[in-house]
Amino acid sequence: MANHSPEAAKTVEPLKVAKKSSILYSQKVAPYFFVLPFILSFLIFFAYPVLSAINMSFQEVLPGQVKYIGLSNYRGLWNPTFLKAITNSSKYTLFSLLILIPIPLLLAVFLNSKMMVAKNFFRSTLFIPALTSVVVAGTIFRLTFGELEGSLMNTIITSFGFEKQRWLGKEHLAMFTLVTLAAWRWIGINLLYFMAGLQNIPKELYESAEIDGASKWHKFSWITIPLLKPITIYVFTISIYGGYSMFTESYMLWNGNRSPNDIGLTIVGYLYRNGLEQNNLGLGSAVGIALLVLTFIITIGQLKLFGMFKKEE
Amino acid sequence: MKKQLLVMLSLLVMLTMALSACSSDNKTEKDGGSGSKKTKLELWTFNELHQTFYEDMAKRWNTANPDKQIELVANTFPYDDMHNKLLVALQSGKGAPDLADIELNKFPNFLKGDPQLLPLNDVIDPEINNLVKSRLDIYAKDGNYYGIDFHVGAAVIYYNKEILDKAGVNADDIKTWADFETAGKKVHEKTGVPMTTIESADLWSLWPQVAQAPGNDDLQTADGKINITSPIVANPLKWQQGLIKQGIAIATPGGNHHSEEYYGLMNSGGSASVWMPMWYMGRFTDYMPDLKGKIIIKPMPAWKVGDPRSAGMGGTGTAVTKTSKNPDLAKAFLAFAKISKEGNIAIWKQLGFDPLRSDVWTDPALKESNKFTEYFGENIFDVLTEVKSEIEGVIINENTPNISDSFRTSILVRTLLDNEDVDKVLKEAAAQLSK
Repeated sequence: MANHSPEAAKTVEPLKVAKKSSILYSQKVAPYFFVLPFILSFLIFFAYPVLSAINMSFQEVLPGQVKYIGLSNYRGLWNPTFLKAITNSSKYTLFSLLILIPIPLLLAVFLNSKMMVAKNFFRSTLFIPALTSVVVAGTIFRLTFGELEGSLMNTIITSFGFEKQRWLGKEHLAMFTLVTLAAWRWIGINLLYFMAGLQNIPKELYESAEIDGASKWHKFSWITIPLLKPITIYVFTISIYGGYSMFTESYMLWNGNRSPNDIGLTIVGYLYRNGLEQNNLGLGSAVGIALLVLTFIITIGQLKLFGMFKKEE
Repeated sequence: MKKQLLVMLSLLVMLTMALSACSSDNKTEKDGGSGSKKTKLELWTFNELHQTFYEDMAKRWNTANPDKQIELVANTFPYDDMHNKLLVALQSGKGAPDLADIELNKFPNFLKGDPQLLPLNDVIDPEINNLVKSRLDIYAKDGNYYGIDFHVGAAVIYYNKEILDKAGVNADDIKTWADFETAGKKVHEKTGVPMTTIESADLWSLWPQVAQAPGNDDLQTADGKINITSPIVANPLKWQQGLIKQGIAIATPGGNHHSEEYYGLMNSGGSASVWMPMWYMGRFTDYMPDLKGKIIIKPMPAWKVGDPRSAGMGGTGTAVTKTSKNPDLAKAFLAFAKISKEGNIAIWKQLGFDPLRSDVWTDPALKESNKFTEYFGENIFDVLTEVKSEIEGVIINENTPNISDSFRTSILVRTLLDNEDVDKVLKEAAAQLSK
């Protein structure tokens, strides 16, 4: 070190800098670097668990005694309880779609209109439920829809002269409660998506339509709805996934994973019951893979139906 | 503007420093405060009352063993959460506590495969002759005991004497379930209150009635075959269905006798009786304070005069995990808390459980007054000694979680709430269970 002349050091320095900056500013490396966090988290938290679940679905997983048992986990899925879980999840998804697409869309149109009063008030009140925790909301709904005479819902319906109901004990009422909870919680979020979509529609379109003498309804059905299609598809897709993966709501409403006659059992609830509660992680993994395949098929079908795979004209 | 930001930032830094200083201070205090070094033992339970008991026993242990001090960190989680967390922790080999309470219905899950719990034979064997052995067998696999229970769990019946008196019914005249039905009719007619409540989401109403039938079978046969279509299961269920149809009984609000809805109903005199195990006393004292002095404890009615009047129900096996860093100390503490004479007396005094050691049942300490004698009267233990030889056992094995799930989610709901035909429902359930 001592032998080096100051000049030599000077000539080395710019070279080093050049080398460093060539990596730092390399246009080839930069994109990979920027997507690295996503790729890493995808591989660690998504790809690896999925692959290991596929692997586990062919195993009997017990501490210290893991062995391959072929397809028998999948054969074990063919039973009335799992079919019930699929039916419940499908019904729940269907009903929540029927409510959570049109209503937020309409509300968004109202809240976006110039005539609406107290817009900000409604915007925030409709969004607040989305901020509550499902655990808290579920507990409150459980008490609201309690079977005793004093529960809120029973007080309301008996004051109209109806009989008191076992809200969480009868199949249709239970589904009604689940969908109500979903509607209460998610309307605000979907509303937000639709409002964002609405604000992206150019005003000129409406103005020119007005000049051509279009009525309010025509403007809504020929401008608003078609131009909201990308947002609608997005909301549709996440709602399908959300519907099929629903678990916490049912878990909280029945204070555990056991609803009478399994009226609130969802696919994930079945996974939880077998995988965790009965220590059968192999079967649990098989349920998970079945759920993945099911939602995959439905989503692809739905996207195809909306023409998402067609080339843009 | 800049200045303000600077002030805010420096305040934040100071706060962080102060807080971190705080936490490290605490640590040193805990480690060195009491002079000798304490070993930390972590315990998970699903019942607050259990936690209080263990904490008290830890204090006693520290006084008795100044050279082996422990610092017990006990946590109470909700029932399902705790068992699931523990299963996952044991499966992955990380994060499990040293000691854990595992409820009887869940225990077989933990014995699957290579149990991740430590055999407790070395602490049980020296005392085995003093303990009720059938209560150890339910936590055993291949000759190893993996859990120690709190209690025998003898099922008894609790009557609300005030309501019975109003109807002119004497509890001592009720010897059989048929007597119970007749008395119930009278109570219902005179007071308008149902005689009892029957669980539709749990097994505490049905299982004791099944287990008290003479013979060794209950929901399963003694050799582990599913037995739910047999008359010893079907008849009690039909009897319960009949009671509900006549209005003598109602389905338990909230589905089971541990729900807030039920506590509220019972506490306000909404039902005249309930049959639950002895350990249910703690729920009366803690959650139904208004019934103090009104509840009397009697042996359960029998199916026929002379038949057994009780059954050992439920239980919580406390286990030491394989991942424990101080397994010997954990075992020693567990034995001290749940097998020792002192521990067994404390179990009665604090928790109101009928303890596992039969030699303490006659101990004068059990006659001393405590919150249970204040609530229920002096002669609680007489009931237990009366039925001592009539406490029937239950069969617990790897099928148990599945069978009890079937009852809790389907069979009881369909028969008791939806009024379906008992034999048909049981047959369908049995077909699905034996798959």
